[in-house]
Amino acid sequence: MYLPDFDYIAAATVVKASRLLGSLGPEAKLIAGGTDVLPMLKQGTLATKTLISINRLSELKNISFEKGKGHIIGALATHNEVMKSPVLQEKYMSVCETAHRMANNQIRNIGTIGGNISNAVPSADFPPILIALGATVTLQNSSGSRTLPLEGFFMGPRQSVIAQDEILTEIVIPENGFSGSTYHKFGLRRSGALAVVGVAVAVAMEGNICKDACIVLGAVAPTPMRAKEAEALLRGKEVSDALLEKAGKLAAAASNPITDIRGSEEYRRDMVRVFTRRCLRKAMDNGHV
Amino acid sequence: MQAIQDKEGIKRYLITLYVNGDPYTKVVKANTLLVNVLRDDLDLTGTKKGCELGDCGSCTVLLDGKPVNACLVLAVEADGRDIITIEGLGDNEKLDPIQEAFIENAALQCGYCTAGMIMSAKALLNSNPDPTEKEVREAIAGNLCRCTGYVNIVKAILSCGRQSKGGDE
Repeated sequence: MYLPDFDYIAAATVVKASRLLGSLGPEAKLIAGGTDVLPMLKQGTLATKTLISINRLSELKNISFEKGKGHIIGALATHNEVMKSPVLQEKYMSVCETAHRMANNQIRNIGTIGGNISNAVPSADFPPILIALGATVTLQNSSGSRTLPLEGFFMGPRQSVIAQDEILTEIVIPENGFSGSTYHKFGLRRSGALAVVGVAVAVAMEGNICKDACIVLGAVAPTPMRAKEAEALLRGKEVSDALLEKAGKLAAAASNPITDIRGSEEYRRDMVRVFTRRCLRKAMDNGHV
Repeated sequence: MQAIQDKEGIKRYLITLYVNGDPYTKVVKANTLLVNVLRDDLDLTGTKKGCELGDCGSCTVLLDGKPVNACLVLAVEADGRDIITIEGLGDNEKLDPIQEAFIENAALQCGYCTAGMIMSAKALLNSNPDPTEKEVREAIAGNLCRCTGYVNIVKAILSCGRQSKGGDE
């Protein structure tokens, strides 16, 4: 299996990469880890005349915490770097665990978090947990940058608000009042499988009262989606098994899954109910965000 | 990285790969994959090609010490980096302990996945000299054995762990 011919330019800076993307137009594609771009080029589902690589821009690899801003994850951090980051492990184990359950070790060593988001694949694992934690993404081009909530980033399968000359440079999880969060995914194998259903939740608990909850469903709609009715049900309520089951039912009703080789619409919908309930319980019980 | 354009307008790039400790300077096209440079240009055919989409792990090599699928790395992106292939383990006289353990435990049947399996095992043991069975299984989760000889493969890798060697602490 060979790659079609293309030109290759290793951009020295984000601004230079953006200029190239702008001047060469849609026939130029950005490549970072390449774990998505290269298989698509091989299979002919993506065509390009020029690949612009940002893989060597080590300044986009940093994972850090800045007071007043939150946890900053550079777009080029690999899944394994996210998984092993002490800064993230200390506060957001749920994000590290999400990385850990993705693909396999070889892919996790080259695939990047920025790629996982900007590909806008409905079954992607990072978006649900990051949206649940209120993350923002920064998109940069040669004239400046804009920051927007990740929740508003996705437009449809493989479609997002990112413009041709924009590059996703960082993800920020702002300081928030959540006391627990988690992401559960159901895949057909324990490793190397896409999510058939993915559910992420973040909750703020005070004793047994749920002060706030954010529930995000992955792989059951054209984009990751919030289960807002279920969230509203939980807010301000004392938690019980019956309440969580009801929240699961509301989330399932809100989901909009398709039937494909990995699972039927009915199966996915019912798994949303089960996973929402389980995720809520786990996030509420463990003391870790 | 120096780019050279020939009379037909095809661009080629001058890269240096550090493979198994030796530098190799090669001229490659932008679409040349690392696995093809290793196999076709350097005759290091121990690294196998299977699915070529990053699912099977038979092309696993260590890039700067980390296991990656050589079918998903552009040769130009490997410029200046360290690569260890199965040929880089052991030497003419002596096999690597992991290779010995695979023989000892009959951890190969058709052998096609073996090079990749051993590279993943090598990376694991380099960073974690005494892995648990769970850690071993996780480390080779990206290496598919279609003979499904996983039990002996796991056994072989575990036998290289510190404890099973009687402990050297």
